[in-house]
Amino acid sequence: MKTDPKGVLTGSHYLDGDFACGEGAMAAGCRFVAGYPITPSTEVVERIANRFPLVGGTFIQMEDELASMAAVVGASWTGTKSMTVTSGPGFSLMMENIGLAAMMETPCVVVDVQRAGPSTGLPTMVGQGDVMQARWGSHGDYELIAMSPQSPQESFDLMIDAFNLSEEYRVPVIILMDECVGHMTEKVVIPPADEIEVTPRRLTEVAPDDFLPYQINGQLVPEFARAGDGYRFHTTGLTHDERGYPGMSVEAQDANVSRLVDKIRVNAGDIVRFDEADTEGADVVVVTYGITARVSRAAIDIARGEGVDVGSVRLVVVWPFPEQRIRELAASVKGFVVPEINLGQLVLEVERCVAGQAVVRSVPHSGGAVHDPQTIAAAIVEVAR
Amino acid sequence: MTVEARPDYAETVEHPMTPFLRMDRIPHVWCPGCGIGTVVRCFASALEKSGIDLDKVSVVSGIGCAGRTAGYLKLDGFHTAHGRAIPFATGLKLGRPELTVTVLSGDGDLVGIGGNHFIHAARRNLDLLVVLINNFTYGMTGGQNGPTTPLSARSSTMPFGNFETPFNLPHLAASSGAPYVARWTSLHVRRLTWSIEEALERKGFRFIEVVAPCPVLYLRLNKLGDGVQRMRYYHDEAEIRNGADPGDAAIDFQGKILCGVFVDEERPTYQELMDEHYGNVLGDDYVPMPLEGGMLGGG
Repeated sequence: MKTDPKGVLTGSHYLDGDFACGEGAMAAGCRFVAGYPITPSTEVVERIANRFPLVGGTFIQMEDELASMAAVVGASWTGTKSMTVTSGPGFSLMMENIGLAAMMETPCVVVDVQRAGPSTGLPTMVGQGDVMQARWGSHGDYELIAMSPQSPQESFDLMIDAFNLSEEYRVPVIILMDECVGHMTEKVVIPPADEIEVTPRRLTEVAPDDFLPYQINGQLVPEFARAGDGYRFHTTGLTHDERGYPGMSVEAQDANVSRLVDKIRVNAGDIVRFDEADTEGADVVVVTYGITARVSRAAIDIARGEGVDVGSVRLVVVWPFPEQRIRELAASVKGFVVPEINLGQLVLEVERCVAGQAVVRSVPHSGGAVHDPQTIAAAIVEVAR
Repeated sequence: MTVEARPDYAETVEHPMTPFLRMDRIPHVWCPGCGIGTVVRCFASALEKSGIDLDKVSVVSGIGCAGRTAGYLKLDGFHTAHGRAIPFATGLKLGRPELTVTVLSGDGDLVGIGGNHFIHAARRNLDLLVVLINNFTYGMTGGQNGPTTPLSARSSTMPFGNFETPFNLPHLAASSGAPYVARWTSLHVRRLTWSIEEALERKGFRFIEVVAPCPVLYLRLNKLGDGVQRMRYYHDEAEIRNGADPGDAAIDFQGKILCGVFVDEERPTYQELMDEHYGNVLGDDYVPMPLEGGMLGGG
């Protein structure tokens, strides 16, 4: 369906990534945001607090990030598209209710504008150290989707996709932004509302008496009943059966958790998204995401100047990871270079997929700044030789 | 003398609360003598008497023995994360303002791990009915010390007696701004039912504490007898004083239990304040969240 035009600020704007993200959420139809202030993400909710009263949305500043995430899960059960926004320390607190959202299969979006950690770290300075936390941060087995924008324009665009994917698969979708993109101001073009396609809540048409909240009928994603429509359903963070009732058995656990994982793993081919360039015949492929993708362009130019044939894969969707494509590329290249503003996180995933077929070189950075392109270029040249 | 066989009531008589319960989940998990079932019964009776549209009622619980209540009531029921029932309920209420959103959970859940949410929800006067079942302990995990365990009472983590000062919950709620504050015990079934019914008619953050026995842990660890003996204690030591100062409602070990409706005031709710304020500041530009919620494509 087309989105509600009320939330769409059609036109060309000069916005930073945080503001663009807030506009993207509103354009996607988000009408409930709960958040707690934290640098460098606060501008997202400030933008929303400014605009929500004009578009029929409710923003509430909660007492902490535990409450913010819990409120988002609750609000989503009314069918209202819901999200929260935070940075590293708050993201850590949200893990509890991200797990609840995964277990209850609640569509929602969590924006994490990454700063350098651990702990309070460098509050105002960039990092990309939450990549593995986004994937594994809550306990137990579950799958979700994470996307990483490289520009304010993409911060807007990916919010639409994030909400749509969260509705389609009934999972939390994480936006792994970073401080640089969040605070970078560029041109952002917001299209007319009738060009914005949004995925509505997948409401069931089964009558309340016949409805089971987690019955899947051969699909991997169950249909949804929202609070207040007469379904009188039950849902729980406990392992549950298709009625939503607790089921304390090995069999119930296997059925429940396997499906939470399968609905993303089986559909990973439809979800993974990356920009691939110049990989044909390349000796070296640079795998990047977020702001580091832009820094790497300068490094690629330098390495080409030194005669190296370099290609690139920029992850738009970080999780699920494009395992298959990395495996294919590994068969034909000398090596991969993986620069990240952390001490080597996503590189582990690249190594896992490459499985010894090629060299994998991490280009770590502890955080607080982006890489010097020369450092990345040097790694590319070294791997090529 | 011949004794006539008694009719099989289980087959011939339906429990009057059946329409409000998920009978396919009975028997429940609660121990003999536990007070939680009584509270569920009172809650369901109050809903019935209120005549409220049950399709629009949500019940939210956290974790623990009392956290299981949402699983037995035949309403839209949410069994959420430990301590997070109130913020989860906040999302439900703000996401679809026409809902009647209730929270049923325990003392450890709502004022231990969830204490911060409790005071802020009361401060904001969010439109939630919160029924807190206080058994003075963490029952589900085995009788550990809680934020309400009376001084000197034994618990599995205070085996030599509790030396921490417990919360006085009506005082906490009232001083945080709750416009309706009451306390009953699970012996006061009629008064509790009536109080829940009254609270359903009010708006804002309505708080009802129900003191209830945990025979298997709190009573056993303190050698206080069984659930029936606990009813005797409630009978002897509960003092009903409506309008009493909640500051006087602290509970000492085996001491007096002050009961009654302590606060019953009218105060604008979070949503009323929001609507009024934005209406004043933004005039016709203000677009409030539709009562049926903000779901794309409407309700």
